[in-house]
Amino acid sequence: MKLQEFQSKKIFKEHNIPVPDGIAAGNVKTAICNLKKFKKYPLVIKAQVLAGGRGKAGGIKIAKNKKEAEKYIKSILGMNLITHQTSAQGIKVRKILIEECADLLKEYYFGMLIDRSKKDICIIVSSAGGMEIEEIAKEKPEEIIKINIDPNIGLRAFHIFDLIKSLKLTKETQQGFANIIKRLYNLFIAIDASLVEINPFGLLKDNTWLAIDAKILLDDNSLFRHPNLEKLRDVYEEDELERLARIKKVNYVRLDGNIGCMVNGAGLAMCTMDLIKHYGASPANFLDIGGGAKAEQVTEALKIIVKDPKVKGILINIFGGIVRCDEVAKGFVEALKTLKLDLPVVIRLTGTNQDIGINILKEQKIAVFSEMDDALKEIVKKVKL
Amino acid sequence: MSILIDKNTKLVVQGITGREGGFHTQKMIEYGTNVVAGVTPGKGGEKVLGVPVFDSVDSAVKEKGADTAVIFVPAAFAPDAIIEAALTGIKLIVCITEGIPVIDMAKVMSIINKMGVKLIGPNCPGIISPGKAKIGIMPGYIHKQGNIGVISRSGTLTYEIVYNLTKDNLGQSTCIGIGGDPVTGMYFIDCLKEFKDDKETEAVVIIGEIGGSSEEEAAVYIKREFNKPVVAFIAGQTAPPGKRMGHAGAIISGGKGTALEKIKVLQDCGIKVAKTPSEIPGLIRSALTH
Repeated sequence: MKLQEFQSKKIFKEHNIPVPDGIAAGNVKTAICNLKKFKKYPLVIKAQVLAGGRGKAGGIKIAKNKKEAEKYIKSILGMNLITHQTSAQGIKVRKILIEECADLLKEYYFGMLIDRSKKDICIIVSSAGGMEIEEIAKEKPEEIIKINIDPNIGLRAFHIFDLIKSLKLTKETQQGFANIIKRLYNLFIAIDASLVEINPFGLLKDNTWLAIDAKILLDDNSLFRHPNLEKLRDVYEEDELERLARIKKVNYVRLDGNIGCMVNGAGLAMCTMDLIKHYGASPANFLDIGGGAKAEQVTEALKIIVKDPKVKGILINIFGGIVRCDEVAKGFVEALKTLKLDLPVVIRLTGTNQDIGINILKEQKIAVFSEMDDALKEIVKKVKL
Repeated sequence: MSILIDKNTKLVVQGITGREGGFHTQKMIEYGTNVVAGVTPGKGGEKVLGVPVFDSVDSAVKEKGADTAVIFVPAAFAPDAIIEAALTGIKLIVCITEGIPVIDMAKVMSIINKMGVKLIGPNCPGIISPGKAKIGIMPGYIHKQGNIGVISRSGTLTYEIVYNLTKDNLGQSTCIGIGGDPVTGMYFIDCLKEFKDDKETEAVVIIGEIGGSSEEEAAVYIKREFNKPVVAFIAGQTAPPGKRMGHAGAIISGGKGTALEKIKVLQDCGIKVAKTPSEIPGLIRSALTH
């Protein structure tokens, strides 16, 4: 789960990691009213959306005076921000953060994440802050410094000394740096983050450090022990159908194509999407009904798929293991009772109890395939008619 | 042969009295797996399906000589279950449990790596050496004993591919589902190292998906020192960046871990990559004859 910048900064503050003074607001009136609380200009007006590249897309502006600030508040709040990380429609800006401008001496990069390959925690720092880390990696790989930390050992003084030495920090800035790195590590562990990133991580003219930006990703698997963090979920930025699916405990991701698909298992679901493309059409969604899915989940999943107006045909691809083919067939027949389904549907059933499942569907005069490729070719043909 | 498990494997099931644990214990026994004990704290002395239940893995090992453990306990308790099994001297642990916090797994790995314990999973279907033993939740009947090794990050997609192999009369030596989480025990490379010395295995299929870099690392290893033909399949070519595709580990982040990138590295290392699961048997046959 991603957190918004203002939420991440609030958590930073709670862990004593310095962030610029700022106030977030969800409407123009409050935002303009909040301007009074700042003592000096310039101020930074920042769109709060869960996507990178906000600055380049016009979602971050520096206001030199009150008039400019009001202008930017009005233009940014409510705009559809389109960045390289959003869809073509962009994301509607529902919240902005107004902050004091910092007196920067130099911009650094800081990132802490789970290193999948080494199976531990990795800290990445660079003196080429401000750029995206992928760009730094490409253009100045020698300026990327990485250290790995065994979570059972934790962050130790020698780790921090390594970073300080590699970054060639001046004596005056070292203690402040060390303190913040320690707090960031504690924060990472305390909230079960999978990524904490500060870019730029600002060194100020008075030799202190400031998190100019803040990005936190939480590990979804850990949310069960952080009910307070679960509450921070930005339901407005979630796709409406994806939200519905999450509540119904169906793994669903909306895509741009027109063949709705329902599959058991994430790998097979991805593979099904790829094959739809391979045979010349495009998937409308990723949908995994999960391990032990019963008839009701099949019904719910089908309801979600048909709510997407782009869907022109439906493919159900089931390889029964724990999921039984007869349960899927029953769920489908049940769904037909409540849903008016006038779209072509192709079903592939193989595996546990496939014969019972196929018989249930045959009674309803629904065509069933046992091979994935055949089912895919059929649905692509039907949608293209 | 086959790798990691066979007819001599003595299995202990952690969480045997749970719904999933009980159901799959029955399936494993039906397949012929030698299930010697179950463990559920507080239920020692009971019997499930004729299998004696113990309060701890330690007693199961001491009294029944269990050498391999499979874990069906809920996510909040699974990391402790893994450590408990590792401390008894068990050398292979298979963790089926889904939804374990990633940091917990990182901590577990740093402990069990030092002990030389092998872990398959979590969030995986398990491991099967067809005709010999099955440890996990895969449907046994789709498999056939033979000479193809299979390693996969997925569950049902593995079944699909195994089904295609079996239909084409290409039996399997061992099939391992390594799991769909960001941090798991054995990665592709670790499994390949096992297959390398297995006389029964003549070729290997690796089934990867978006996210992480373990397919790329495997590709480099295969090119450098693997001694048998490998065919690969990568799922998720149509997956958009930043969206988690079901598995916690299946996410393209920061432009890294895309299917296209993985396919390119695999091909650059001389590995044939199938476009569809149904292509795999043909690619294997041609690799074996060349």
